[in-house]
Order: sequence, then C-alpha cells, then structure tokens
Amino acid sequence: MPVHELEKSFQQKIDNEVKIEPKDWMPDAYRKTNIRQISQHAHSEIVGMLPEGNWISRAPSLKRKAILLAKVQDEGGHGLYLYSAAETLGMSREEMINDLHSGKAKYSSIFNYPTLTWADIGAIGWLVDGAAIMNQVMLTRTSYGPYARAMVRICKEESFHQRQGFEILLVLSRGTAEQKGMCQDAINRWWWPSLMMFGPKDSESTNSDQSMKWKIKRKTNDELRQNFVDMIAEQIKVLGMKLPDDKLKWNESKKHYDFGEINWDEFWQVVKGNGPCNKQRLDARKKAWENGEWVREAAAAHAKKRAERQKEKAA
Amino acid sequence: MNKMKSNSLIDFSLHLADNALILGQRNAEWCGHGPVLEQDIAITNISLDLIGQARSLYQYAAQLKADGSTEDSLAYLRTEREFRNCLLVEQPNGDWAQTMLRQFLFSSYQYYLYQYLQNNKEETLAAIAEKSLKEVSYHLRWSSEWIIRLGDGTEESHSRILKALEELWRYTGELFIAAPYENDLGIAISSLKHDWSKKVNTVFEEATLKAPENVFMHTGGKTGTHTEHLGFILTELQYIQRVYPGCEW
Amino acid sequence: MNVIRKFYYGDIPEDKTGGTIVSKETKTDWPLWEVFIRSKQGLDHKHAGSLHAADAQMAIENARDVYTRRMEGVSIWVVESKYIHASNPEEAGELYEPAVDKIYRHPTFYNLPDEVNHM
Repeated sequence: MPVHELEKSFQQKIDNEVKIEPKDWMPDAYRKTNIRQISQHAHSEIVGMLPEGNWISRAPSLKRKAILLAKVQDEGGHGLYLYSAAETLGMSREEMINDLHSGKAKYSSIFNYPTLTWADIGAIGWLVDGAAIMNQVMLTRTSYGPYARAMVRICKEESFHQRQGFEILLVLSRGTAEQKGMCQDAINRWWWPSLMMFGPKDSESTNSDQSMKWKIKRKTNDELRQNFVDMIAEQIKVLGMKLPDDKLKWNESKKHYDFGEINWDEFWQVVKGNGPCNKQRLDARKKAWENGEWVREAAAAHAKKRAERQKEKAA
Repeated sequence: MNKMKSNSLIDFSLHLADNALILGQRNAEWCGHGPVLEQDIAITNISLDLIGQARSLYQYAAQLKADGSTEDSLAYLRTEREFRNCLLVEQPNGDWAQTMLRQFLFSSYQYYLYQYLQNNKEETLAAIAEKSLKEVSYHLRWSSEWIIRLGDGTEESHSRILKALEELWRYTGELFIAAPYENDLGIAISSLKHDWSKKVNTVFEEATLKAPENVFMHTGGKTGTHTEHLGFILTELQYIQRVYPGCEW
Repeated sequence: MNVIRKFYYGDIPEDKTGGTIVSKETKTDWPLWEVFIRSKQGLDHKHAGSLHAADAQMAIENARDVYTRRMEGVSIWVVESKYIHASNPEEAGELYEPAVDKIYRHPTFYNLPDEVNHM
C-alpha cells in the first residue's frame, strides 16, 4: 500500500476511535511523538520519586511513613508501566534513560522545586497529583493502545494519592498555628508551579495541534488548566486556606474561575535547567544508575552462567 | 503474669519492633535510588513489610504498657539508649551488596525466630509472628537469590560481597545471645543458631562464599548500647515529633 | 526492532533539536519479560504488562512486586518477550474476516420456539 493510503487508513482508525497497537502501521511522526511523550511521562514519575522520597525518613508518624513509602513506590511502578509502553514503539528503556541523563529528554518541571517542610508532601499530593490526574484521566482514552492501558492502571492506583495529600493538609489546617502556617506556606509555593504543569498556553504549544488530531491528547493545555483551577478553587475552601492569586475570582458569565497570569519566565527558566533542583535531581538519577551498573552486570553474568550450567547438564 | 515477666515481655516486643523499624527505615533510603527500577520497587516492598511489622509490635507493646503509650510515642519519643534493636540492622546501606547481605543475614534470623515465636503462649505475639513469617519467608528467598547472584556473578560483585561480609559478620553473634528479657521469658534464642548457620552456609556455598571464622563479635544493641549510627537514624526519624511536640499529623 | 531517530522531546519546544543515539548492546541491559496474571482462581491468566529481569525467577518476583501490590493476582506467568510471536496486522483481512459471515456458528442464528428457548 502506498504511504498516503496507509496514512489515510491510519487517520480513519483514529477518527473511528480504534486504538493503534504496536505492530500496526503508523506515521513516523506519530511514533516519535508517542515515544517522546510516554518516555517523558515515565521520566517524570521516576524523577518525581525524589522530592517526596526526601521525606520518607522524616515522616511524622509510622502511618504517614508507610503511606508515603507506598505512594513513592507506586510512582516507581508507574514509571515502569510507562517505560514498558514506550518500549513497544521500538526504543529500549536503557536508551530512554540515557536520554534523560544526557539532558536530551525532559521530565515535568514541577519536580525541580524543593520539598521544604512536611506540608509540601500534602501540597504535592493535592496539587501536583491533582494536576497530573487531570492529564492522566484524559490519557486513558489516548489513541495508542499500550499507553492508554498503562494509564488506566495508573489512574486506578493514583486515586489514593490525591486523597492522602489533601488529608495531610486537612489535619494541618486544623492543627496548631505553626501547622496552619506550614500548610499555607506550602500552598503558596506549589500553586503556581502546578499550574505550569499543564504546559505552555495553547497559542504557544508546538505539539498540541497534531497531537489533538491524532488523539494522543484529547484536551488542550488551557482547557485542562481551567478544569484544574475550577476544582482547586472550590476544594481550598474546605481547608480554610487561600490560593496566592489576587485575580482568582468566579466568573458567572463564563461559569469558570478567572485567574492571574502565570510567570512564564520562571517556567522557561526551569525548563532550561535553572530551577532550584534541576541539577540535584538529575545528579541523583545518574548516580543511582551508575552505582547500579555493577549490580545489573552481576545479575546478567550470573543468569548466563546458570543457563550454561543447565545446558551442560542437559547435554 | 508477674510484674517482672510482663516488663520483659514489653522489652522483648520493643526489641522486635525496633529491629523491624530500623531496618525498614534503612531500606527505605533506597527508594528512588535503586540499581534498577524493578529492584527499587522490591526493596521498598520489604521496607513496607518491616514497617508494618514494627507497627503491630509497637501497638502490642503499647497495649501491654497500658500507660497511654502509642505506636508513635514508642517509635518517636524513645532515645538512643532505650532502643533495643540489634546492631546489624542499624548499619549503613553501603552498596547493594552490603544491603543484600544485611537483609539476608537478618531475614534468615528473623525467619527462624518467627517460626519459633508463632508457638508462643502469648497469643498476640504468636499471631504477629505467624503473619510476619509469610513476609519474612519471601524476604529470605529474595535476599538469598541476590547473595547467590552477587557471589557467583562477576569478579567485582564477588569482591563487594566479601567486603560486605567483613563489614557485617561481626554483628551476627549478638543475634543469638539472649538478653535478660529473653532469658526471663524463656526464649531459647541461642537454639536458633544451628538452623541459621545451616541456612547461611547453604546459600553461601551456592554463592561460592565462605562464612568468616574467628571474628570478634560485637554486642550491646539488644540492651541499648549501639553503634554511632543509631543516633543519626533517630535524629532524622524523630525530627518532626521532637520539634513540634504533641501535634496531630 | 525499529531504530528510532529522535528529533523532539516533550510538549516543550527546544532550541536544540535533532541528533540520534545509536542503539548499543550492553552487558547490563536485562531482557524484557511479558507478565500474565491470574486475578483469581478459576480465571484465565491475562496479560498485565512487562518488565526487565535477569532471569525467570527474578521476573516472577518482580512481577509480584510490580503487578500485584494491590492483591491483583494469585498466579503469575512470565515469558521472555522475544519468544512471543505475533500475527501480522497487515494480514488481518485474510486471518479474521473469513469468520465474519459464518454467523451460523453463533447460537443467536437459530430461531427456536419459545418453549425451548433456554437451550
């Protein structure tokens, strides 16, 4: 079949909501876009383990320790599901990891902000996971089958993450003056970065149009961001805290909340590597990978030895 | 139960709980830093199991104390000299070889101990031991396989395991020397050594390793005299509770 | 395996696009395994996902740690991905379409009197 015919039948499948599977024909750019997005998503899960992982050793109760440990571990699992989905497109996990370490592949900028107090763990669960879930729920319907299936599994597991975050803040908001202050401070610091998680404005996002046509993405950055603001602006009332935005106001005619301008300079600075923790996060990942090399090598060597011994026995 | 015996039971439960908590805390340091994603998840699972065991045991001890203690007050508000964990579990993670060896030496000890304790006449203790034994059996299997892989892997992995043995073997003697509270309760801890040694030697043989001989054995953890590491572990673990006393979290 | 040339990353435009990484064989890349989980006794094993492991035992244990953290399984199968052979989507027409018109294989094809309708 000539390429333009293949492309036509490919787009037809997408239009008819038929999932694309690994061995199906797909345009090169579709493959690339998916590899880029899925691996970026996987990297975000793995790097995302670090800021929260910081607080496992200091969690304020054994219950919180166990919950946080389970949550960070889940993120590792999610990274694994996503790497596996990306691998079905023909790129190995090791190559993806190399790209992360060389700085070629990106991960979500949010993880380049530091976790300074225990309340940050609550704020991350509520705001950062909340923002991620908006995106991820949309992605359960994405057009590439393995990605969609990974997202279904992830969404199922993530449902406790946002709740535990909110609960941490709820307890703080009902606690001592110090705890309340800690709670508000964390919300102040995490609010704007979590709005940035949805990416550049639609008018400036280079990848959105084609991704929408291919149904890799099904809602635009701005639509998702607005949904998020509408949700959080209501939930914060329960905490009795404030979002750090004077322009935040219900707009009766639009039936949405208006909100202030994001500091895009900061966004691009963090993307470029100048966030507070960019270097430290990447260094931690590289160190883990490099220190693990001899371990991976030893296990592979042992497996080979054992297989050879078995062969000898059989002969 | 007489007063002395009941105090010993509290001490013994705290000893078991501290063992589990401190090793759980140590293993959790790997979370996000493991040599490969799958193993990061695996060691975290073990950490979660251990923290779960610690919680059950602290709750049991708190119930025995009946003085308003909770699992958290026991974990967060006791000091270095009050912790009764064995020295082995507080040793640093080191590299993957050291962490695997610490896990293997401890899991094999815990395996025979819980097997023994599941017949204890204290029903709650026996029930905790029985439930934990399932988890520990898996930890033992998993860590045994790692010892074999690393011992019989590459030259580098073999030499790293040897180094870990040099580091950790001296803390294994203490496991089988009864503390006063164990004697009081008639816990025949030294009787476990035979099975433990057999298990260790079997795995070592497959891993092309040999248990060191004539090593001086350090003791004291079980009665509250620790290595310097414990103080740092507790500083981090207890920080929030110490800075903001009496809060809900 | 397709070798992918990579040009862009993420939803984020970059100043420096372009470049390739040549896939390199390494000693440390563990093989990929496919994981099948039986969620409860009496049901089939179902494909759950994949993972990397050095050997089969490790793959089973990893599968337990990765795919059954929430009691999703009672039994696990693993198989190295390279041993899975798949039908080719381009042959879908000849493979599956011939079944389409054989409606007589389905019970609903047969119109029976109401009295025997539970057959």
